[in-house]
Amino acid sequence: MANLDLSKKATALLGWVDDRFPLTSNIKTHLTEYYAPKNFNFWYYFGALALLVLVMQILTGIFLTMNYKPDADLAFASVEYIMRDVTGGWLIRYMHSTGASMFFVVIYLHMFRGVIYGSYRTPRELIWLFGVGIFLVLMGEAFFGYLLPWGQMSYWGAQVIVNLFSSIPFIGPDVSEWLRGDYLISDATLNRFFAFHVIALPLVLLGLVVSHLIALHEVGSNNPDGVEIKKNKDPVTHVPLDGIPFHPYYTVKDLVGVSVFLIVFSAIIFFAPEMGGYFLEANNFVPADSLKTPAHIAPVWYFTPYYSILRAVPPILNSQFPGVAAMGLSVMVFALLPWLDKGKVKSIRYRGALYKKWLAAFIVSFLILGYLGTVPSTVWGQFGSWLSGADRATVIARIFTVVYFSFFIFMPLYTKRDKTKAVPERVVY
Amino acid sequence: MSDKPIDNLAAKNPQDNMQANHSKNVGSLVKDDVDADKRQFLVMATAGLGVVGAAAVALPFVGSMLPSERAKAAGAPVEVDVSKISPGAMITAEWRGKPVWVINRTPEMIAELAKPEHLQKLSDPLCNVESQQPSYCKNANRSIDDKNLAVIVGICTHLGCSPSAKMAMKGDMGENWTGGFFCPCHGSKFDLAGRVLKGSPAPINLVIPPYKYLDDNTLVIGEDVTDSKKAAA
Repeated sequence: MANLDLSKKATALLGWVDDRFPLTSNIKTHLTEYYAPKNFNFWYYFGALALLVLVMQILTGIFLTMNYKPDADLAFASVEYIMRDVTGGWLIRYMHSTGASMFFVVIYLHMFRGVIYGSYRTPRELIWLFGVGIFLVLMGEAFFGYLLPWGQMSYWGAQVIVNLFSSIPFIGPDVSEWLRGDYLISDATLNRFFAFHVIALPLVLLGLVVSHLIALHEVGSNNPDGVEIKKNKDPVTHVPLDGIPFHPYYTVKDLVGVSVFLIVFSAIIFFAPEMGGYFLEANNFVPADSLKTPAHIAPVWYFTPYYSILRAVPPILNSQFPGVAAMGLSVMVFALLPWLDKGKVKSIRYRGALYKKWLAAFIVSFLILGYLGTVPSTVWGQFGSWLSGADRATVIARIFTVVYFSFFIFMPLYTKRDKTKAVPERVVY
Repeated sequence: MSDKPIDNLAAKNPQDNMQANHSKNVGSLVKDDVDADKRQFLVMATAGLGVVGAAAVALPFVGSMLPSERAKAAGAPVEVDVSKISPGAMITAEWRGKPVWVINRTPEMIAELAKPEHLQKLSDPLCNVESQQPSYCKNANRSIDDKNLAVIVGICTHLGCSPSAKMAMKGDMGENWTGGFFCPCHGSKFDLAGRVLKGSPAPINLVIPPYKYLDDNTLVIGEDVTDSKKAAA
């Protein structure tokens, strides 16, 4: 550094470090002088909780790899070995498998927060896009990780997802063969999924999380009122009048959230690690058999809304690609929210009834599609001959698939026509 | 190049001047003496070659994910003894890692397959999608010589699950069910000739593999009838 400040030497080690690495200034930028709006509520716990679960997944994952064997002949037994013979192995594995589901719980709530308070709106489009990237990578992590125990659900889940690519016109079959490294899901597939799961995607995930936070700290946090707190700063200190330092105020608040979360998390691990088949499916306690698909197959709960959409769309022109494309679109469409929303206000607090009705319809269709994805398409029986005996559940899934996409397609129209309320100058709390 | 930098270097006290004018020199180089076109060309050429090099290095990595020679070598034809399959029952053989069903269909099942009201329910009753069966199985029962014994690759044409056998009529499949297969993954339905029912997510009929009879009781799956005829001739 050109102008080495000698007076700093008095502060010993910290001063020595600060002259060589921006430690204090980074702590200020990101913690003690990062001003977050003072009206954060319940919904603002889930970002910090997602970070907590990420750290837990990485740590438990490292210890699982110490005993896991990514080999089709050994994988299933090595997981059971971890469960039965490794000291504390059952706990580490249940932390990891429960962590996977809880990751999606907190991420879905975190995303929902972003939707209701308009956190994706200008100037936070990039935060949202990094977030969508994190969501996609997380889905990849969940998918690759699910093959590793080499149970029946692992095997057939991977079979279906890899075959999604084979429906792409022209290049599809070659692509899915390339992904599998074989003509069917096999040892080669397991081995490479292991590589993706433990190193490739975690690196991408960490990069995206850092970008997500850097972008957030650049533009500042949104809040339940959707008011930009940087518009009202103290004329002397230039600190936002509605802002409080992230540390200690929100670190302490988040600790409360972390405590409650860990109570729930521990309760699941100790009393219901399989969560009645929703977190760990019964069929996955049967070793993979390439000749027999389990009679009832469903993805883990966090994929079921998209899975329902896949199942609902009928083949067109002898190709299942439309269903696959619709499923892909149902996930990717979240990335377009910043540009689809033309509303005058950000937060649901000041939106009109029209928007709220559309949002309610979307939530209902997301939940119903999610439920239908966990059950066979014959669950509600068939309609009579007037609908040529079609499965009731399939028809209903089709209707809600249309509602799901309508929420996005018509968003520019209804957000513009929505009768919004006046937004206050300062945050309300 | 202009003379300017040389002028500077030739100043009276070169050592002092070099220090003092260092930044100035750099500035003047950028301003006056850069052949912008040449620099642009060199940057593009270097970057272009870099991309080509990176792509060339990427190729073996992409290639390493293709099926290996060992994976390609697996997949020889398999022999199946069909003498012990009782009427109305089926067995599952393994060919290239995939399940292959061998079904001994009863006369009632065969009769059901040809009914006009059944054919109406099918997407492709006449098996016009050529890729789904060898030419010698493009017939009413989708089998060699229209026999009652069916040989079907038990992999759904939707996304590759193995459908479950629902051979009995009606039952949990509803009043109109006339026997066949139901895919547990996405609900596709097939009849006992592996033909897909309308309204299924699966677009086309199940695959009939190449197969032939070694004798009345033994099948070879993975080898064509035509191959053996050629061999005989």
